[in-house]
Amino acid sequence: MSALVVASAGNVLVWIVWVVAAFACLGSGIAVVTFSNPFFSALALIGNLGSLAVMYLLLSAEFVAAAQVLVYAGAVVVMFLFVIAYVGPRKETPWSGGPSWQTFCAVAAAGALLVEIVVAVGMQASGSLSHESSGGTAFGTPAWIGRVFLVDHLLAFEITSVVLLIAAVGGVILGSHTRRATA
Amino acid sequence: MDGPDVAWYLAVAAVLFGIGALGVLIRRNTLVVLLSLELMLNAGNLALIALSRHFHNGAGQIFALTVMAIAASEVCVGLGLVVALNRRNLSLDVDTLSKLRG
Repeated sequence: MSALVVASAGNVLVWIVWVVAAFACLGSGIAVVTFSNPFFSALALIGNLGSLAVMYLLLSAEFVAAAQVLVYAGAVVVMFLFVIAYVGPRKETPWSGGPSWQTFCAVAAAGALLVEIVVAVGMQASGSLSHESSGGTAFGTPAWIGRVFLVDHLLAFEITSVVLLIAAVGGVILGSHTRRATA
Repeated sequence: MDGPDVAWYLAVAAVLFGIGALGVLIRRNTLVVLLSLELMLNAGNLALIALSRHFHNGAGQIFALTVMAIAASEVCVGLGLVVALNRRNLSLDVDTLSKLRG
């Protein structure tokens, strides 16, 4: 009986953390889209990434949560902030002069995409999502990730490294000063 | 599993993907379009990890890590383009950037 009470209390705690993380995630996502200053959008993206990392922890994906915070909040958002500071303040008001037909079409297209996702996932997976399969306790730990990544999915690992190298070369070429400046 | 079912995570991922798609379609600043793309990639990651936990299959988490690397590559190239545009004193408005010719 006491074990049941403890289990339900833990369950309630997980639900509370999940609800807070989900609302923070969606709220900061809306903030990213609606802020007129890109600097504040990039800062709101940090909140979005942090709340997503909390949800990854709830899903027992510890390594992915750590990589999320390191790679996204540590590298990607900092790079965004540098470029926004380099480009300078260029204010853009998304709904200046009243909503245009483009705005209506964009909202309609995004809503249609959302409905399409919900219907497709609901139709495909409504049966198989009801029962959860169980596995070992090492799920999501760095040791487990390392074994799965470097033994079962070694080709994906190597291809990812090549893609990162190509992107780095492309970034250097795009940002180099030595190209002819005739334009 | 303690806490919410996988369907709740998938619902959050779907709504986040919709928000990101709305941002890509509605905003005209190139930087904010790239930030909204990050939102869409993260929504995909959340769905992958939720389903990976649900089916206890490690491929979902590996795929999420790969998506993270691809997102870093995309930001590298995209921000390189933004810097190149800024150096040529071109506008960062995606409506006016209809030609790739410098």
